This record gives sequence, structure tokens and C-alpha cells, in this order.
Amino acid sequence: MNDKLKILFNGIIAENPTFVLMLGMCPTLGTTGSAINGMSMGLATMAVLICSNVVISLIKNFVPSKVRIPAYIVVIAAFVSVLQLVMEAYVPSLYATLGIFIPLIVVNCIVLGRAEAFASRHGVLDSCLDGIGIGLGFTVALTILGAVRELLGTGKVFDLTVYPEQFGSLVFVLAPGAFIALGLLIALFTKLRSAKC
Amino acid sequence: MLEYISIIITAIFVNNIVFAQFLGICPFIGVSRKLSSAVGMGAAVTFVMLLATAITWALQDLVLNPFGLGFMQTIVFILVIAALVQMLEIILKKIAPVLYSALGVFLPLITTNCAVLGVAITVVQKGMNLGESIVYALATAVGFTMAIAIFAGIREQLAWTSVPKAMRGVPIAMICAGLLAMAFMGFSGIKIG
Repeated sequence: MNDKLKILFNGIIAENPTFVLMLGMCPTLGTTGSAINGMSMGLATMAVLICSNVVISLIKNFVPSKVRIPAYIVVIAAFVSVLQLVMEAYVPSLYATLGIFIPLIVVNCIVLGRAEAFASRHGVLDSCLDGIGIGLGFTVALTILGAVRELLGTGKVFDLTVYPEQFGSLVFVLAPGAFIALGLLIALFTKLRSAKC
Repeated sequence: MLEYISIIITAIFVNNIVFAQFLGICPFIGVSRKLSSAVGMGAAVTFVMLLATAITWALQDLVLNPFGLGFMQTIVFILVIAALVQMLEIILKKIAPVLYSALGVFLPLITTNCAVLGVAITVVQKGMNLGESIVYALATAVGFTMAIAIFAGIREQLAWTSVPKAMRGVPIAMICAGLLAMAFMGFSGIKIG
């Protein structure tokens, strides 16, 4: 039981995809204008990650090694297509906000990276847990970054006003602020981790 | 003619793929430690982006739309890109083995470059015709190469400075990228014709 929990927490702290592995930067920067957008993107990626991890760990023994990358990509692309259609139908405003980053989940280095590094070598349950762990780590990272950017940029978090908007620095909601906020958060996370151990 | 110039200026400066659209960040961070590898990556991405956009545009127009297979767009596009990169690997290994070994592991990673798939989807979403799509893809690739080359030049200099321990590597690079993005924001609002 303990090592199952370890896999789960691994994805949130030790191998956090954003702050430690530094994969999947594109949606991290592009969808974190607000906390709710960041969280939604994280959850969408987590859904694809869990499904693709499970399926790939199921088919890993039947796929020849030479064509495994294209095979994994097809699996991931299939789930992303499903996600696209579901989101377009049930949450159209969110789908419009996240825009091009939803189909770009298929080239998110995290999903293919986990498929190659974990799901292709472990059983179904472990792969599922890894998907949940990494997905949660990604969601937490994106939510934090989105909250920081939204708070500093507009004075609100999750649409709740914390301080008046005119005192916010708009740059944090725009492109440069994304880079700067992410850089500072990665540095902070690295500092906290080295202080803990 | 004027609209093509407008597309080019917009894609390279006003709406730069890296600094404004946040696509292609992974190679932007990963390959920009040395100027030579950055330029090589830029050249490879230009080749793939150009071919991929042309082929996927044609597929969307001739196969996906007429047969109502729009939902297959993601799967078809990424398979085309993966096949193109595979082909490029084989060709480069034969005719330019030096460049092939210089790019190393980053060549297959062009498959997962958000910029390539992003451009392919964007030209379809914006309803561009084939000529506009090719010009847009070429200009975007030039913008990407420019961004990654500028960044590599800066990072080569950064390697000689003393950076606080927690900020070393990616964090300080991100801050630099943010300042670069701020500089590129100066182009916003420029319109031609």
C-alpha cells in the first residue's frame, strides 16, 4: 500500500512535471491567465494522462519496440480527440478560452514522456496511479501559477476580489508576466525542496 | 501582395510564436544553450513546419472536410508530423550526418513541438488559403528561429554570470524570456495595409 501512495505523491512533489521535470511548458504559460483556467487545463491534461497511461500499459506487450512512439501518439491523440468533443459539447465557454491548447495536449511532453518512461514499463494499476499523481502535480502547479498571475495582475483569485484592480500590475496577466512568474515559482519550489532535505 | 507582407510581419514580430503565443517553449528552453544548436534546430523546425502545414492543409481541404471527418483532425495532423520528422531523420542521416549528430535527440523531439502542430491547426482555424498558410508557416518558423537564436546568444552570456543557486538554469532563463517578451510587446498594434 505504501509504495502505491509513493507513486501518487511522487508526481506531486518529487517529480512535479512543471517545477521539477520542467515539461509541458507551453500550456503552463499559455493557459494560466487566471486560476480557474489553469486548473481546468490541468484537469483536462490529467484526464488524458490517466486514460493514455492505462491503455498504453495494457498494450505495451503487443507493440513492437520500433513503432512504439507512433503507437503511443495515436492512443494519446484518440483520447485528446474525445476530450475535445466532450469539452466542446459540455463546457463550450471553457473550450473557447483554452483554445488551441486543448488539441495541443497531444504533443504535451508530459503525456508522451510518462507513457515512455513509466506506462511502458509498469502494470496497469501503477500506471493509473502515476497518471493521477503526475496529473495532480500538473494541476496544482498550474492552479498556483494561475492564482499568482491573477492575484498580482487583477487583484482577484478565482474571480473573488482580494484588492482593487487598479493596484494590480497588468503585465502578469500578459505574456511577459507568465515567463517571470513561472521562473520565480520554479526557483521558489527548488529552494523549498532543498531546504526540506 | 500587401496581405502577405502583413502576415509575415505579424507572424515574426507582432505575434511571435514563442513570446506571444507560448508555443515551442520546450525546445526554446532545451536547445538554447548554444547558438549553433539553436540555429540548427530553427532550420529543422522551419523545414518540418513548412512541409507539415502544406500537407495538413491539403488533407483538411481534400479529405477531412468533404467527408465530414473534422473530428479526426488531431489524429491525422499529428501522424503527418510524426511521419515527416521520421523522414527528415532518415534523409539527414544520409545526406548531412554532421548536422544529424549535432541535433542528436532533439530531432525526434520536433514531433512534440507545440509550434508545428499549433501552426497546422491555426491556419485551418483561421480559414487561410494554401498560399497564405505557406507564407504564415514560413514566417512563423523564421520568428521561431529568431527567438531561439536571440535567446541562445543571451544564455551563452548568462553562463558567465553568478546567479543565485535556486535561480540557476531554467528560472533565470524564464526571467530573461519574460524581458524579451516585454520587448516584443513593443511591436503590438502594428498593422500593415
